[in-house]
Amino acid sequence: MNSDTIIDQVTFEALVDAVGEDFIDELLQAYFEEMPQLLATLQHALENLDCDSFQRAAHSIKSTSNSFGAFQYGELAKELELLGKAKDLDSARGKVDKLTQEYQNVQHSLKVLNHGK
Amino acid sequence: MENNTPGFLLVVDDNKVNRLLLGRSLEQQGHQVEMAENGRVALEMMQTRAYDLVLLDIEMPEMNGYQVLEKINASIRFRDIPIIITSALDELESVVRCIELGAEDYLTKPVNPVLLRARIGASLEKKRLRDQQRDLIRKFATSEVATDLETSGFALGGKFVEATAMFSDIRAFTTIAESQSPEDTIDLLNTYYTLMFEAISDQGGVVNQMVGDGLMAIFGAPLAQPDHCDHAVKAALDMIEMIDLLNIDRRAQDKIEIFIGIGIASGQVIAGYTGTMQRATYTCVGDTVNLAARLEAHTKVLGLPILIDDTTQAALISPIRTKSEGSFQLKGKLKEVQVYSVFPSQKV
Repeated sequence: MNSDTIIDQVTFEALVDAVGEDFIDELLQAYFEEMPQLLATLQHALENLDCDSFQRAAHSIKSTSNSFGAFQYGELAKELELLGKAKDLDSARGKVDKLTQEYQNVQHSLKVLNHGK
Repeated sequence: MENNTPGFLLVVDDNKVNRLLLGRSLEQQGHQVEMAENGRVALEMMQTRAYDLVLLDIEMPEMNGYQVLEKINASIRFRDIPIIITSALDELESVVRCIELGAEDYLTKPVNPVLLRARIGASLEKKRLRDQQRDLIRKFATSEVATDLETSGFALGGKFVEATAMFSDIRAFTTIAESQSPEDTIDLLNTYYTLMFEAISDQGGVVNQMVGDGLMAIFGAPLAQPDHCDHAVKAALDMIEMIDLLNIDRRAQDKIEIFIGIGIASGQVIAGYTGTMQRATYTCVGDTVNLAARLEAHTKVLGLPILIDDTTQAALISPIRTKSEGSFQLKGKLKEVQVYSVFPSQKV
């Protein structure tokens, strides 16, 4: 993932404008708290072959990540969501690892963007 | 365009970021917002708080958006609360399902604040109109009819029901009207209707027609009432008593006293909503209804305040004094009808 394209800046700035600079910290805080839980849920659902939980967690990751402009990351989560929907968790294994690793980059980019505002 | 009346809103989303985001936007638009993390929690909150509108996510643990919609749809109390679905763009097929389940509208996430404002404004406005409409129905149709309408919708069909029909009017009303100012006449009518409505609805009856100084009421429909004959006669006695009280007042003001005649008959009636989908009224028709009207007319002939038919008399369970007035050949009736008069128990 190219670091310049991890977060769509236009979307992020529009978000800051919309909710206000004070609130964006709170919002990011919620995201940083929630993401590790969602990734753990995803991993857990994969191990237990719980397609419904898997699909829901991936859906949630997709939707929040898109809110911050993390569109590529959101796209990756969407692929997982669709695999969960198709009850094809075997194909999802490698992608869950990738999603977990990539999160570090998303988190980093969001922090950089937020402090550079 | 400023169509932004503040509302009390519930945001339901399992995702904290989404909740905060949506909540923030809504608060910025002047609304008061509460949040629930899944459908089950949302329904619990709705039990105790009256929200004007609910923003509902679809994919949620414990209870998802579809399940919430099904519950809301099945509840008379919640059914009129507008639900706006918030969904990710690729859930469009589910949005269709939500609309079919009664959702008012949908917004795609991430939610655009301008669209959000417009959709919320429109939904709150629609809800306000619906609330007004319901208030109107309640005002004019009594709570029984209103509840029946809310439960069944405006099904313009008829059915046979066992009920008691009542007709009442003011004696020599034209003479009274000619003797006083138009303002006094309207004032008298309003007082009269207020008193009669109270007496009738206290006994579970429904006033379904008002024409000039006359009214028609029905007991036992649209909602079944086991002792409808008894209730109708008790209502009639209360009506007479109220008119007596009104007359004390009128005498004190040097105004002409008024007298009413009441006819009551029981049996099968055809009940239903008649009219068009735009304007419907609850009506009862049939032989029983005609008989009640004839009996009311006959009170003038006999100079008695209340006349009832034999079916009503036979079904009385309260200690009410009645007296047989014999059989009469009433207009439009093939057979003679056994008629009873009812005496007010205590004279004022």
